[in-house]
Order: sequence, then C-alpha cells, then structure tokens
Amino acid sequence: MIEHFSYIVTVFLMIAGLYIVIARGNLIKKLVGLSIFQTSVYLLYLAPGKLLGGTAPILAPAYGVYSNPLPHVLILTAIVVGVATLALGLALAVRIREVYGTIEEDEILALDHRIEEAEEQGEERRA
Amino acid sequence: MLLVLVAIVVLVLASVRNLFAVVVLSGIYSFLMATVMVALDAVDVAMTEAAVGAGISTVLLLGALHLCKSEEAKPTHRPWLPLSLSLATGVLLIYGAMGLPDFADPQAPIHQHVVPRYLQNEVQVPNVVTAVLASFRGYDTLGETTVVFTAGAGVIALLRRRKPRKGGEEGRG
Repeated sequence: MIEHFSYIVTVFLMIAGLYIVIARGNLIKKLVGLSIFQTSVYLLYLAPGKLLGGTAPILAPAYGVYSNPLPHVLILTAIVVGVATLALGLALAVRIREVYGTIEEDEILALDHRIEEAEEQGEERRA
Repeated sequence: MLLVLVAIVVLVLASVRNLFAVVVLSGIYSFLMATVMVALDAVDVAMTEAAVGAGISTVLLLGALHLCKSEEAKPTHRPWLPLSLSLATGVLLIYGAMGLPDFADPQAPIHQHVVPRYLQNEVQVPNVVTAVLASFRGYDTLGETTVVFTAGAGVIALLRRRKPRKGGEEGRG
C-alpha cells in the first residue's frame, strides 16, 4: 500500500478535479478544477521517474544515480500547453460574460431556453 | 506530509464559493506542487510550475475575475450524481494503479528503455532535461510553440471585438 501512496494521492487529485468540473456551475471554478486535474497528471508522470538516492538529472562526476529525465521533459511541455488552454478558456468565459451577463452555467442555459421560447412564439404569431 | 497538505488545499478549494479565495488557493496549490516536484528531483519542472502555474495562471485568473463577478452562485441541486461518478472513477483508477510498478523501483520499465542513452551525455549538455527537450525531442517543443501561438491568436480573436473592454491581461498567455 505505502509503495503506491503517490498513485493514491494522484487519483484523489484527479477525482477532485473531475468533481469540480462536473458539479460546479461557475465557469471560472470549472477551469480551476480542470487545472487541478492537469496537475494530477503531472504527478502521475513524475512520481514513477523518481529513484531513491537519485539526484536531479544534471550530470556531474560526483553523482552516479539520476532520476528519469524523460517525464520531466514531457511535463515541462504539458505545463506550458496547460497555461495556454487556461488562457483560452478564460477568454471564452469573459466573452460569455459579455454576451449573457453571467458565467453561471444554469443561468446561461435558462437564458438560452427563454430565447428559444420567445423565437418559437414569434414564429407562431407570424403564422 | 506534503502530499496530504496538497490534498487538504484541494478539499478547501472545492468547498469555498468566493472565487477570489479560489484563485489564491490555486496559487498556494501550485507552489505546494512545485515543492513536491523538487522532492521528486524534477527541478526544471518545479521552476516552470512556480513561474507559470503559480505566476501567470494566477494573473490570468485574477484578470478574468476583474471582468466577471467574484462570487459563485449557490448550487441549485444536490451534487450526488457528480460525487458518485467521481468516486466510481476513483475506485477504478486505484484498482488500475495497484498494477503499476512500486514507487522508486529501479527495475521499472520506465528506467530501462531510452533513458540510459539520454544519460550518456551524447550532445554535451550536462543538464539532461535541456538536452532531451532541445535535441532528442525538439519536435515536441516545436509543437508546443504551435499550440501556444494558436491559443494566443484565439484569445486575441475572442477578446478584441469590443474596443472599450480591456482584455489586455489575457493576451499574454
């Protein structure tokens, strides 16, 4: 059990992020949940690369054991991409707020519903 | 330990409704995560997480909060469905994780495949992460740049339709 502790924390962070994304209606909160989900994936990649007694993978004559550098490279890329998608998501949220006046999912759906109903009534009156 | 602290921060984050507190907590979370990464010997990743995850992300979130309302509405329905769905996923994932190699097992496949070659210092750069990033997997970095460029272009396209609204802070992503 203890040798899988890092995986358990990873899974906990993952389902916490998933829960926030599904259960919370606020778009900004959803994006924060999404970044927590992302961070759990970073942990999932980085934890298996660690070696006990190893050092950071910077070659020096005094050290012989290094942790695995490959996950570090992949996650370095993932962090930057994650911030790019976060920026895009926030820009979408700001646009939605400009048009609908709210960033709560329920209110946006209710507004959409009302608009559709009004259009249908307008068509009936014309017919 | 540190990972337990991270878990507690996430629990508080899920329950707080003030969005400003959420943004600050996510910054704290990023710094804790950077510390965990240092403990896992991933110093380059920790530096990036502290600068990008805790720095730029927080600035972006604060910029978006400035343009939106900073209080989350009360949830209208009980969160039983999402909760049970997440818990079921968690149980499945833990069941799957039990089949993975033990933590810090030097015989795990991840340490046997290409990494011995990376550690031979073929490209004469002592920092192996830099060598792999720029030389062995250079195309990855090219793809990353493309993604960042596309996201930046998308942000500008989304936010520039109305001139009086200031969306400058988002453009930096």
